[in-house]
Amino acid sequence: MALNTARRSARRGRRRFTRRDLVVLGLLLGIPVLLDIAIVWGPTLASVVLSFTSWDGVGSIKWVGTQNYANLFTNYPPFWPAVRHNLLWLGFLGLVAVPFGLLLAVLIDRGVRFSRFYQSTLYMPVVLSLAVVGFIAQLIFSRDQGVLNAVIGNTKNPVDWLGDPRLNIWMILLAAAWRHTGYVMILYLAGLKAVDPSLKEAAAIDGASEAQTFFRVVFPTLRPVNVIVGVITVIESLRAFDIVYAVNHGRNGLEVLSVLVTDNIIGEASRIGFGSAIAVVLLAVSMGFVVTYLVQEIRGEKSR
Amino acid sequence: MSRRNLLRGAALGAGAVALPSLLTACSSGPGGDGKTIKLGSNSSDAVPEKAFASAFAAYEKQSKEGRKIKVNTVDHNSFQENINRYLQSDPDEVFMWFAGNRMQYFAKKGLLYDISDLWQDYKGFSPALKAQSTGADGKQYFTPYYYYPWAVFHRKSLFTKYGYEAPKTLDAYIALAKQMKKDKLVPIGFCDKDGWPAMGTFDYINMRTNGYDFHKSLMAGEEAWTDKRVKDVFDTWRRLLPYCQPGANGRTWQETGQSLQKREIGMVVLGMPHPGQQFPAAERSDIDFFAFPEINPEHGQDAVEAPIDGFLLAKKSKELKNKKSMESAKDLLRWLATPKAEDVYLAGDPNNIAVNSGADLSKYTALQKKSAELIAGAKQISQFMDRDTRPDFASTVMIPAIQKFISTPNDVDGLCNDIERQKKTIFASE
Repeated sequence: MALNTARRSARRGRRRFTRRDLVVLGLLLGIPVLLDIAIVWGPTLASVVLSFTSWDGVGSIKWVGTQNYANLFTNYPPFWPAVRHNLLWLGFLGLVAVPFGLLLAVLIDRGVRFSRFYQSTLYMPVVLSLAVVGFIAQLIFSRDQGVLNAVIGNTKNPVDWLGDPRLNIWMILLAAAWRHTGYVMILYLAGLKAVDPSLKEAAAIDGASEAQTFFRVVFPTLRPVNVIVGVITVIESLRAFDIVYAVNHGRNGLEVLSVLVTDNIIGEASRIGFGSAIAVVLLAVSMGFVVTYLVQEIRGEKSR
Repeated sequence: MSRRNLLRGAALGAGAVALPSLLTACSSGPGGDGKTIKLGSNSSDAVPEKAFASAFAAYEKQSKEGRKIKVNTVDHNSFQENINRYLQSDPDEVFMWFAGNRMQYFAKKGLLYDISDLWQDYKGFSPALKAQSTGADGKQYFTPYYYYPWAVFHRKSLFTKYGYEAPKTLDAYIALAKQMKKDKLVPIGFCDKDGWPAMGTFDYINMRTNGYDFHKSLMAGEEAWTDKRVKDVFDTWRRLLPYCQPGANGRTWQETGQSLQKREIGMVVLGMPHPGQQFPAAERSDIDFFAFPEINPEHGQDAVEAPIDGFLLAKKSKELKNKKSMESAKDLLRWLATPKAEDVYLAGDPNNIAVNSGADLSKYTALQKKSAELIAGAKQISQFMDRDTRPDFASTVMIPAIQKFISTPNDVDGLCNDIERQKKTIFASE
């Protein structure tokens, strides 16, 4: 895409731009493009290539065809749970954290008492790295020494919030949503502030109820914010990593794709070929979302 | 934040995930006077780091040629995770690592320097130690320094209070656990959040049931995990689970060590430094242990699990191409193999024991003395599951498998099939 733009501006430049302009433009566009190719597309392609080898990082590179993929889909127990957890992550953030963030934004926007206080409190977790959220989650949910079990007072037979594979993913999702909600809330709050109040007044005069005003009038004007929130949510769920890694290295019920990639590639294991295959799967999933989004946006822009 | 920025963010995010660690470390050119030895250390914990510092200071002091050691300490886990790249780029001349398969793996890849000539002069090392320092090609690559046994640890005072006796057999072990339950204790401490502590229990049940030789060949990938003998191990383990601390997958070894210290649990299978580091200095003399009980009389309590740490020479080190540097590095290894060198270290770190039979036992604590006896009486010394087998198999297959067994212990057949299928693909890749 960047190359196209460069060519187009160069063609037009023959008429309008001086040689110096061209040099400047060439540099300004060329350097980012080169950097993009070198540090984003280069490694990406390298991963794709390596995913067809059985390289262990030391010896020579041996081609194994699609064996890594066959192995991954049929013979690697953590793989399908990881896919499920990534999707669950997307679903949970998208269907729970996002609507909740929107609700909070609407409440604060309507000017409930102490709204400034709520606003900053709810936004606070967003300044924390997810890894830190992971450490906080451990302080709360740890079985023997956690706050939650102490508060419940269940010392005889405490619930193993983070060790029980049926429970821990939900606890981690709660912790992740705790942070995501604040993020979403701030974005919607900014969007709501920008909604023209006369729209609401007009709706009120037409006799619309509060709910009708919101869903029929205000919400549609929030479309740009919705798009941003959607993209952020997808990115957050696909790159989920730090929080589970901080809690238990993404094992025992907390598998996610990004952890499987690192587990296989870094460390003594060094199954670089196999790890790359997982990375390629993750890349394909991300590309699915990115392309869908791009297609929609480009279509939307044309019709506008 | 504009949409375009977001898009770029998305693309970058995707790229970052796919980006394998291709960015290798830059290396600095050779240099130096041949007298300064660079040493890569993974001893980032306070106690061992200090103990090593005093050992190296002692070396510098006795060196007539005025040799010096420059230590590069890296966080223990990071060192382990980067060992592959470290040994390939520009490693220090001498580095700390583990014996057994984990050493042999790198020897096979040609990343270690053969030190068989030094071994001809080494004294005080048992044949078992030599075997653990030897690569698959029969040459020695490793200079052992200290080790520590795995056993069933408990508090002496707690055992006296209730009148418990160290069990010799599995039945006695279970009877003791039952009694502890009656006394309102959690009988057996259990933790596996870190992924490796439960491997020790597996290794012991396996060696007591099937013997050391089976352990070796199972770890080498020569036996099938679907074998009845492996299933027996899991079945025995399942008999013990009702007496184990529940929720092991959510508990770190430090937390279990603290439970032992607080008298909440009766006993626990761990390595010697693990409870040792969780006890305040004043209570350390209260730690005691017994060897893991006998299961099959044919194998008795023959084998002891005792991981060995030591020093190696990195083949890719540019400095070692220099004859003088090589002589210095070898001189250091020669010194580290002496009993005196081990004494200096152990004076600062009483949680391990010396490998050299000539080491000074008089300063040992009661626990160290007992550990030394345990190992001396062992017919075989195993390392640890993650040191006895391939690193990629241990970390990507066995850690999840054992954690799965702990949370759902009933499907042993399915579990063993899973392990075996993955084992085949991993051991086939070479």
